[in-house]
Amino acid sequence: MSFQQIFLTAGSAMTAQTVRLNTISSNLANADSFSGNKEDVFKPLKPIFATIYNNMNNGSASNIRSAQVMVADVIATDSLTQQRHEPENPLANAEGNVFYSGIDVVSEMADMMSASRSFEMNVEVLNNAKSMQQSLISVLDI
Amino acid sequence: MSIQLDKALGIHTQLLQFHTQRTQILANNLANSDTPNYKAQDLTYSATMNKINARDTQLNLSKEIFFRIPFQRSENGNTVELGIEQAKFAENNLNYQTSLNFLKMKISGLKSAIEGR
Repeated sequence: MSFQQIFLTAGSAMTAQTVRLNTISSNLANADSFSGNKEDVFKPLKPIFATIYNNMNNGSASNIRSAQVMVADVIATDSLTQQRHEPENPLANAEGNVFYSGIDVVSEMADMMSASRSFEMNVEVLNNAKSMQQSLISVLDI
Repeated sequence: MSIQLDKALGIHTQLLQFHTQRTQILANNLANSDTPNYKAQDLTYSATMNKINARDTQLNLSKEIFFRIPFQRSENGNTVELGIEQAKFAENNLNYQTSLNFLKMKISGLKSAIEGR
């Protein structure tokens, strides 16, 4: 029986969603941060998910593949960086410009809800697999 | 005259295997609901019952997997549709418990027969 693989799959998905939630919290915390030059400003982080397929049991009884989730990379995007002309700002550069991170708080919040729902769903999968295994064990004490 | 345990327990042992493997596949789908280009998969009863009828005691269902056809296309190539997957998962879980209950009843019936009550 292959319950262990189910636990691993759901666990990997929960880890991936945690990483996603972590990047979202960084983005939200730095939503209003700005800097005097374009390189130093906070850039929104975005995790890239990928699937790892692996055969279990080396093809003996059941070689259904498990498909775990891995975080392939966390990329920093600079497409949202905004330049504003604020000469009175103490961090402004020689031309009087400051650079904002330009993070969209609303879309980050929506992403956060999606991540936490996915996490909860995988907890549900874990609970179901656990109860299946427990009821299988209870066959033994008839 | 000897008891053949395989025959006594019927198809429920194989059905348990089928439901466990299907749980694995549906758990894969749910885990990869946010992964770009992941294609949702599933197993069918009909292919499994053919295998069971062919006296395949160690169910090898890896060739019976098919890709699910989504109702709506998504931008990132992912074909997992959460509502459908969760419904299938719940259904599969219930069917697993049903097969397990049948197996339990078979075993307790055998036990009563052995003990002569």
